[in-house]
Amino acid sequence: MSADQNLTKDQSNPAVDGKELIRFDKVTKRFGSNVVLDELDFSVNSGKHVTLIGPSGSGKTTILRLLMTLLKPEEGTIRVGGKYLTHEERNGKLVKAGEKHIREVRKNIGMVFQQFNLFPNMSALRNITEAPVSVLGLPKDEAEERARELLDMVGLGDKTDAYPTQLSGGQQQRVAIARALAMRPQVLLLDEVTSALDPELVAGVLDVLRDIAHTTDITMLCVTHEMGFARDISDQVLMFDSGRVIESGTAEKMFNEPEHERTREFLSAVL
Amino acid sequence: MMSEKFFTEWFLPGIWITVQVTVYSAALALAVSFLIGTLRTSPLWIVRFASGTYFEIFRGTSALVMMFWMAYAVPSLLGIQFVPMAAGVLALGLTYGAYGSEIVRGALAAVAPAQREAGIALNFTKAQRLRKIELPQAWPEMIPPFNNLLIELLKGTALVSTIAVADMTFAGNLLRLAKGDSAPIYTLLLVIYFVFAFLLTRGMRLLERQANRRMGKTPPEKTGFLSGLRSKSATDAVTGTGGAK
Amino acid sequence: MNWDWQVVDDFMPKFWDGVLVTLQALGWGTLIAFSLGLVWAIALRSDQKWITWPVAAVTEFIRNTPLLVQLFFLFYVVPEWGPTMSPLTTGIIGLGLHYSTYTAEVYRAGIEGVPVGQWEAATALSLSKRRTWTAVILPQAIRRVIPALGNYVVAMLKDSPMISAIGALDMLGEGRAFSDTTFTTEALTVVGVAFIVIAYPASLLLRALERRLVR
Repeated sequence: MSADQNLTKDQSNPAVDGKELIRFDKVTKRFGSNVVLDELDFSVNSGKHVTLIGPSGSGKTTILRLLMTLLKPEEGTIRVGGKYLTHEERNGKLVKAGEKHIREVRKNIGMVFQQFNLFPNMSALRNITEAPVSVLGLPKDEAEERARELLDMVGLGDKTDAYPTQLSGGQQQRVAIARALAMRPQVLLLDEVTSALDPELVAGVLDVLRDIAHTTDITMLCVTHEMGFARDISDQVLMFDSGRVIESGTAEKMFNEPEHERTREFLSAVL
Repeated sequence: MMSEKFFTEWFLPGIWITVQVTVYSAALALAVSFLIGTLRTSPLWIVRFASGTYFEIFRGTSALVMMFWMAYAVPSLLGIQFVPMAAGVLALGLTYGAYGSEIVRGALAAVAPAQREAGIALNFTKAQRLRKIELPQAWPEMIPPFNNLLIELLKGTALVSTIAVADMTFAGNLLRLAKGDSAPIYTLLLVIYFVFAFLLTRGMRLLERQANRRMGKTPPEKTGFLSGLRSKSATDAVTGTGGAK
Repeated sequence: MNWDWQVVDDFMPKFWDGVLVTLQALGWGTLIAFSLGLVWAIALRSDQKWITWPVAAVTEFIRNTPLLVQLFFLFYVVPEWGPTMSPLTTGIIGLGLHYSTYTAEVYRAGIEGVPVGQWEAATALSLSKRRTWTAVILPQAIRRVIPALGNYVVAMLKDSPMISAIGALDMLGEGRAFSDTTFTTEALTVVGVAFIVIAYPASLLLRALERRLVR
């Protein structure tokens, strides 16, 4: 299985210069009186694979949803590739971003959901081609050719015409991964992508993601409970608790010699 | 019971007029349903308010009163004169469109929020999400209630006979006045309406199956002649959205 | 724009007469629809095919054919071999009969919504069929369907002007008679507005009721 050529490291990608790609500045997110993120600061450099770990309710998924603009922060700013995601500059002042600005910045971000969220009204192929054609303006032939390559890559070359309801959970999730990649995002957000799968289907999905991680330059931000997978692919692991990053480091360090008491507790509970 | 002359000069054309009124007012009602139903999901309160007002006003209106108003009051009130059939079609289309908008709004609201999120993640515009994701997914859900509404509309077309549109009910009344023998003619009328309703339901079933196939679903075949001309969904009846009356 | 308030003024006494007739038709029609619908619904649950089949056929037929033609049938055909009835009486029977086929569906859904366990419990206590229905099933079923029944009352209100087609002097009947004799149209507008004014608060009330009764 080899990753899509268009995504390989050989190709020069101006976005991959090891510089800061994502930056959260004092981001606060509340649901009612429940503070999920509390003045969170953190950044991710481009090309890195970062895994967010921590107990449930610690705000990991919220970070992905904020980046995908599915949620809006109450306070603070988020930047992607140097551009504000939540705000835009007008007459030298920062104001809440409009739809047009958001779409411009958001086009660099892709996401794979826990529940796959494939469009049930479209075949696997059209799930993948629809956005490249109607959002990026790719010619239909080109989009389809690319979609077939991507389906091959995720091992579903024979399922182009299948509808989501005719696919297993694992197959659906692999189509969803292909769909996200078809938009050529700089950042791929993976939100507990194996949590909704039957145990025997998890490995297939993780293999695809490993392959992408090892053969492409896509920056990955990953929330997962699969610690083995996290250890394999992560350049950096962030430990969250109560809406804050309490410890971070390489996968090696975080899994083998965590410093913080909470991290040790959490890892001993899940490993 | 009716002379051949009457049959070819009044009754057959009457059936054809009924078909025409049904088709035209169904087309208008469908357009109004989608327009108003979609606007009622708008994030802008002013749009929601305006479309909601349309819904409340036309839902509260009696189609028959509306028809008389269009046919007789509007010409003197606003100086617009409709041909009788246009008045009938407008009254039916606008009122049944209001009921239909509730079907569209409800079906759109029932599309899983996760689908909207997936659309955002792929950077679709709002209009693209509506057109490519939300409406196509809501469509199969709309067909059974639309079927109920279509039958109500078919029944409503008989009202145009009261504003001198020569549909089949009008022809029936003419025959009664001419012959005084009303039992066979009204029985025949009722049977024709019933057959039309039955055919429309069969057509909508086909549409429903086709729509479900496009979603990759194969619904169980409903069998039996009287196995519900309408889709008798229990939840519909309980929440009162069934006939969208 | 052609509007004369004087005409409206002149119409008002007739209008109120019409309101009274409309309310009568609605009140009695509702009574018939609610009770006859319950009879249909219970008959449809019978395990005797010779009961369910004709009832299903008749209700389907009535529900899928126009009320207007049914009114003509009741008014012009029935007297040929049965009693002659006034337009209002015919209208009440027509409305009630037509809408009983809708309320039957509502009751049916409500009855099916009662958990199977309730039937089983009634059997376990050896309640008679009659007690099972009146003490166990119907009280639970009807409570849940009150808003849906209410919706059909509003629908019946909006269909009630059809009785003017057989000569009943309801709101529309009075409006038409007045307009025809005075060569004016204001009365029709008044009647149109009146329907909206009555139907809107009624539907607000129903929604409030629905929120309270259907959890």
